[in-house]
Amino acid sequence: MNMQRREALKAGGGLGLFGLLAAAGLITPGQARAEWNKSAFDAKSIEDTLKALGATGAQSSTDIQITAPDIAENGAVVPVGVVSALAGVEAIAILIEKNPNPLAASFMLPAGTEASVQTRVKMGQTSDVIAIVKAGGKFIMTKKEIKVTLGGCGG
Amino acid sequence: MSTRLPAVLAAVGFGLAGTAIAQGSTMDEIAKYREMLADGNPAELLELKGESLWKTPRGPKNASLEQCDMGLGPGKLDGAYAQLPRYFADTRKVMDVESRLVHCMVSLQGFQYEDVTRQWFSRPGKESEIEALVTYIGGKSNGMKIDVPARHPEEARMAKVGEYIFYRRSGPQDFSCAICHGQDDKRIRLQDLGNLTTQAGAGMAMSTWPSYRVSQGAVWTMQRRLIDCMRQARWPEPKYLSDSVIALQVYLQKTASGTVMQTPGIKR
Amino acid sequence: MADPMKIRASAKDGITEVKVLMSHEMETGQRKDSSGNLVPAHFITELSAEHNGKQVLAAQFGTAVSKNPYLAFKFKGGAKGDKLAVSWVDNKGDKRTDEVQIN
Repeated sequence: MNMQRREALKAGGGLGLFGLLAAAGLITPGQARAEWNKSAFDAKSIEDTLKALGATGAQSSTDIQITAPDIAENGAVVPVGVVSALAGVEAIAILIEKNPNPLAASFMLPAGTEASVQTRVKMGQTSDVIAIVKAGGKFIMTKKEIKVTLGGCGG
Repeated sequence: MSTRLPAVLAAVGFGLAGTAIAQGSTMDEIAKYREMLADGNPAELLELKGESLWKTPRGPKNASLEQCDMGLGPGKLDGAYAQLPRYFADTRKVMDVESRLVHCMVSLQGFQYEDVTRQWFSRPGKESEIEALVTYIGGKSNGMKIDVPARHPEEARMAKVGEYIFYRRSGPQDFSCAICHGQDDKRIRLQDLGNLTTQAGAGMAMSTWPSYRVSQGAVWTMQRRLIDCMRQARWPEPKYLSDSVIALQVYLQKTASGTVMQTPGIKR
Repeated sequence: MADPMKIRASAKDGITEVKVLMSHEMETGQRKDSSGNLVPAHFITELSAEHNGKQVLAAQFGTAVSKNPYLAFKFKGGAKGDKLAVSWVDNKGDKRTDEVQIN
């Protein structure tokens, strides 16, 4: 192991995944991205989350669609997708307004990756789900309410 | 994973999808929710883990489970789950997938019965090997027809016992399985209930287990499903691998025979 | 060590669709165990997907992503036989990389 690599590995603890991958030679340093955005994930309100994401003042837009059912049978697993037909989408974030920490996930899309991501999130209760999209350097958003039920016998 | 039919599903108990209940858009949205979950069932992660547990030499005898006979001969798993429970001459017992699996882990791998069955279902942070193995074995019957004719005298006897348990009212609420699952078009709140006395109802129920329960973040086996049903009926809970639970399975599988397996399933 | 992921990647009409299932508890840090103690948060924080070594997606997760996370996305390009790798790391430093061929 050469010294440069050793130093990189030693520093790995504070580098996050991309630092580690770069250290391991899995990706080139040019691909390394921002560290895990602690202040955004720790934020307790939509306003603070937007601030931490640098998205304060994001305008509501019909150029984003949230693909999700209106009703989720179980809040532990709620499928949520975000799609946009806009060109040059660089980032997408999914927020759950009434969760203790609204930010659920954020995605960075290199050029060539479509503005279409789908994941599954936990929802403590019925809430608005907010999608934020960064395209051409500007932030826009949309929202959709998802009702959470826990019907029937627990089995 | 892409070749698998989406193991669609309905409610969690023994629910039946798509009965004509006037819930309109609510039911449509619930159906949409289930559909979105069906593509990408986390149970598939457990199938991978189960396969590795099946093939890896383990236990005091350092043996794999590849010589385990699930009813079709040592190591023959394709379609085995769809034909269980069945009578096994070597143990002189009617066994279901779980009792047979535990038998193999004890006899082939040298594990202690108590050690193998202690973690028969997972708790947060403590995954169950049995759940992973049963998910793997079940997946080997995906797309095959349930075939439990119960022709052997011992199997026929167990089917009768199972039928008796299904209709027997018991416990502080004087409850039976048949009260919820013996008629068409019943439901509990949003959950439609299957009529398990018919081939369609039993088939819908039996063909989709083992199943990933999103509320638990775990795959439930048929033993767990039935034992928890009894708990919900406020009956004393049977012990894991009890004959009573196996008897109910023989009765239900016999009724469901001919239905195509869609496993692993995914439910709320 | 973390259990393997399940990755599907299929190319059609110049677009590759990727679907990933990860095996992870995704503990929120808000759940109590049977003795009433808070179970510490344990969750995937970062994920990266690479097509033939070039990054096609980077993601950051919080504790609100469901247990056994699912992720689907699409990118332009990709041909049958190309390599598609997904890596994640969690808040305790556990990590996992799996690779499949696009079909």
